[in-house]
Amino acid sequence: MIPNNFEYIRANSVQEALQLLSQKGDGARLLAGGHSLIPAMKLRLNAPETVIDISGIQDLASIHRDGGRLHIGALVTHRTVETSDEVKSSCPVLSEAAALIGDPLVRNRGTIGGSLAHCDPAADYPALTLCLDAEIEATGPSGSRTIAADDFFVGMFETALQPGEMITRVTFPVLTRGTGAAYEKFSHPASRFAVVGVAAMVTLDGSGNCSSVRVAITGAGPSVFRATKVEQALTGKAPDEQAISDATQDVADPADLMSDISASAEYRAHLCSVLSRRALQRAVQAARG
Amino acid sequence: MGHTIKVTVNGVTHEATVEPRMLLVQFLREVLMLTGTHIGCDTSQCGACTVLVDGVATKSCTMFAVQADGREITTIEGLAANGDLHPLQKAFWEEHGLQCGFCTPGVIISSYDFLKRNPNPTEEEIRHALEGNYCRCTGYQNIVKAVKKAAQSM
Repeated sequence: MIPNNFEYIRANSVQEALQLLSQKGDGARLLAGGHSLIPAMKLRLNAPETVIDISGIQDLASIHRDGGRLHIGALVTHRTVETSDEVKSSCPVLSEAAALIGDPLVRNRGTIGGSLAHCDPAADYPALTLCLDAEIEATGPSGSRTIAADDFFVGMFETALQPGEMITRVTFPVLTRGTGAAYEKFSHPASRFAVVGVAAMVTLDGSGNCSSVRVAITGAGPSVFRATKVEQALTGKAPDEQAISDATQDVADPADLMSDISASAEYRAHLCSVLSRRALQRAVQAARG
Repeated sequence: MGHTIKVTVNGVTHEATVEPRMLLVQFLREVLMLTGTHIGCDTSQCGACTVLVDGVATKSCTMFAVQADGREITTIEGLAANGDLHPLQKAFWEEHGLQCGFCTPGVIISSYDFLKRNPNPTEEEIRHALEGNYCRCTGYQNIVKAVKKAAQSM
């Protein structure tokens, strides 16, 4: 399958990419790992007039920890997140989740910034980003701004990024003793997208009760969302097996979920409950260290 | 508008002018006539088109040829040295790791990248490593055996 013709320009810095974006306007798209954009172009679902290749911008390809925060450059590949010692020790759930994205060949090229900007309703990183209360750094002509994950995901393939902006990095919390997180995913057997994926993060107080609970679900609805009912039901409680089981009986209403050839909305609602329970159990275990 | 690119494929540097929309797999097959790299699904799933780009296994249907400018590509044609099959190729032959052979070049290239990172894999690790390569004939049993055998002889 052959995409529409387009103009190809390689940007060697963020500044250059931003200039090109403002010059070329709505017809321009950024190319990072290409594993969302190129398939869409081949199917002619996307036909940019200009493709700005940012994949060579080295500044965006590094991971570093700064105290309690883990900064991941927009061009860091899933493979690097999966295998990075820094990520494994600072925020292990991210490595575990990255290892479940697509397949090894996809992970060799796909990037965290690309996945978030594309905002596929069944992608994995949106659930992790929302659950872990991450921050997305967007850089535009007038500088950089930080977008909280709670404000970033707007809808299906829709984010809070403005025209002319690009994601430059994503910042996650370093998980310390007392906080644990886990990701549970039911993969589509062919595409490996999430039929449903649930990320959970739990912080325990001194007496072992939940002082904070965040649960984010991908694959189920038109966009990633937080399971606020579950979060509220567990906050302040001792997260024993019974409490988690009770809180995850009725996580999502099928009326809000997607139905397609892979799964009905009712089945997705069932998966939301089962996977939320499993993710919370593992998150609590991790929090107890 | 055409872009002039310089790409090293299996050790030989080629210069060519390509349209931006030409995929790397088309460039390999239709310009360089290296037809060992196959097009299967053409939707970034099946892995038949896998090649090494600067040593990293990549689906060449999901990369533009213009992006390969200045890079080193290895295809299935580049694995044998001096007429001797690569240990992976030999193991696939000996273990009968193929039936129709359509997926084989991609499977071998993926396995090559994998064994470089993990020279002593378990069977489970091999199966996970090949999640991006579909075989519709063999049920994977002999493919896994072949990769295991190759690991022992490499």
